[in-house]
Amino acid sequence: MSSDAKPTRGAPVKSINLHVGEIEPGVAKVDAIIVADNVTRTFGGLTAVDVAHVEIPRNAITALIGPNGAGKTTFFNLLTGFDKPDTGTWTFLGKSLAGIPSFKVARLGQVRTFQLTKALSLLTVLDNMKLGAKGQKGENMFAALLPWLWRKQEEEIEAKAIVLLEKFKLDTKSEDFAASLSGGQRKLLEMARALMSDPTLVMLDEPMAGVNPALTQSLLDHILDLKTQGMTVLFVEHDMQMVRHIADWVIVMAEGKIVAEGPPDAVMANPAVIDAYLGSHHDQDLGEDDPETIHAMKELLDADDES
Amino acid sequence: MVDFWQIIQNAAVEIISPTTAAYALAALGLAIHFGFTGLINFGQAGFMAIGAYGYGISTLTFHFPVWGAVLVGVGGSIVFALILGIPTLRLRADYLAIVTIAASEILRLVFTTNTLDFVTGSADGLSGYKGGFAALNPIPKGTYGFGPFTMNEYDLWLRIVAWVIVAIAILLAWQLMRSPWGRVIKGIREDEDAVRALGKNVYFYKMQSLILGGVFGTIAGMIFILPRAIVPANYATTLTFFIYTILLLGGAATIFGPVAGSIIFWVVLSAVSGFIARAQAAGWFDFIGMSSVQAGQSRFIIVGIVLMLLVIFRPQGIFGNKKELAFVK
Ligand SMILES: Nc1ncnc2c1ncn2[C@@H]1O[C@H](COP(=O)(O)OP(=O)(O)OP(=O)(O)O)[C@@H](O)[C@H]1O
Ligand SMILES: [Mg+2]
Repeated sequence: MSSDAKPTRGAPVKSINLHVGEIEPGVAKVDAIIVADNVTRTFGGLTAVDVAHVEIPRNAITALIGPNGAGKTTFFNLLTGFDKPDTGTWTFLGKSLAGIPSFKVARLGQVRTFQLTKALSLLTVLDNMKLGAKGQKGENMFAALLPWLWRKQEEEIEAKAIVLLEKFKLDTKSEDFAASLSGGQRKLLEMARALMSDPTLVMLDEPMAGVNPALTQSLLDHILDLKTQGMTVLFVEHDMQMVRHIADWVIVMAEGKIVAEGPPDAVMANPAVIDAYLGSHHDQDLGEDDPETIHAMKELLDADDES
Repeated sequence: MVDFWQIIQNAAVEIISPTTAAYALAALGLAIHFGFTGLINFGQAGFMAIGAYGYGISTLTFHFPVWGAVLVGVGGSIVFALILGIPTLRLRADYLAIVTIAASEILRLVFTTNTLDFVTGSADGLSGYKGGFAALNPIPKGTYGFGPFTMNEYDLWLRIVAWVIVAIAILLAWQLMRSPWGRVIKGIREDEDAVRALGKNVYFYKMQSLILGGVFGTIAGMIFILPRAIVPANYATTLTFFIYTILLLGGAATIFGPVAGSIIFWVVLSAVSGFIARAQAAGWFDFIGMSSVQAGQSRFIIVGIVLMLLVIFRPQGIFGNKKELAFVK
């Protein structure tokens, strides 16, 4: 896909028929990039993640949603090797990843961003980007002393970084320290940096949090663009409008478990999802629930009305 | 009367002294650890001790040639870095700090203990290992230099070797830090999880950094003993903190900062102690009843105050980037 393709505003092309058989939590996919089984992670007495079976469809945009504390970030950490599960196995492109350290997971083409943005503050924006590139000869300590071995590759990486920075509207900032960027710009930088490695699967933990609405649209377009370039996207998001807008498939987590999945419209009409957002005590007085949950529920219900 | 001309001359000698070069090199090693990688190594004195004793013992006990003794010291410091790094570099930064400070103290105590007196000389230390280095000297016997910089052929040879090594180390560090390797290293300082997420083996890079900076410290330890004897008391934790002082003075994440910091540190220290000793002898401090012993010690108080002022008013160091400071959390 060319980088200057007009954003697909309004109605992005959704991938359909991703699953095999009856839609239920853990349903098999026609073409799965990640298959996880019996993944559990406990913190003391708390079971943060307890996923019996889940498959992530390839070359599609999958949203992982669920209330605060549902275990989404923990599940991300497990899949990317940043945390170790108590039990469980999972494969990425058919290769078992359990026990593989995080940096090797990234090298295999599965890159992630963090919920709490990790910009490398005292590196320039351009250096942040260049760090993302894979297979750099000059990253070997001895080769580093012989610049003629890596100068050409460095130029190619820089050119690629500049193209991506232009795309993410950060090109004017390339010589500034990442520390000088705004919160939303850091989210953009982190995502652009992840793309420097030409990943197969991009995992974004709340890419929209703190990004203003004007930027949101362009971020959405970037995510859609990844799919057209053949990548797979798995993202965590609380903004239901956005999930409906771009996700091909939605997986709902609550209290560590996958409670529902399916195409966005179907999932949002699912009573189990509304249950998940309200907790099991939703017949009690709503006034005791925290405002964020109520807000999320309202969005769900509004989304229902639109469809 | 206080002889200011003599004080200035004595201070000027420090600019090119091998001790200044040794501290500069040890501080450059610490810059790689702390300034560029974010590793908190409180055991640079231990790396220097390994250089000193590795060289001294190889020469005196095993009669190694100079190059063999140097290799023993460097090899020893690589092993030391591995021992420190393997258990701690996967953990949070503070663990390395604790382990390095303890390990370097253990080393010093091992070198001091009477049990090993036959190799280490225990508290008396070692001397008489300079022959091999002096024998390599191509400079003919004689007196060289001018004014305060007048010296014999050994001192000239030692200064040339010391500063050439410092220059090579600076070139090496400079090239490394502007390479993609240096980018990974600086990225690790900022946020190692982010660097991991980009597919870099952070543990391996931290180990490389620990070894490289440690080897710089070890070679500094060898330069340090060539103008004097090996005394275990020199390798106490205060040595590490003097080197940190030099590093912060020059600028932690800079290449030339350690050299500038070391020169300033030694010149100021010499000038201050020279002044206090002479002023005390001339009776200037009689009104507070300062003894000559107190005068000898007060230089560190004054230097401490000078350094505090410097760090308060120029916290990025002399070569540090003011722009960076705006973002220090
Ligand atoms: N390191 C940890 N130690 C102890 N408990 C933890 C730890 N990390 C997560 N938890 C707990 O695990 C549960 C799941 O947390 P997680 O961060 O995965 O939630 P989340 O779904 O990402 O929520 P949010 O939408 O708020 O980001 C929470 O109850 C949290 O308190
Ligand atoms: Mg989270």
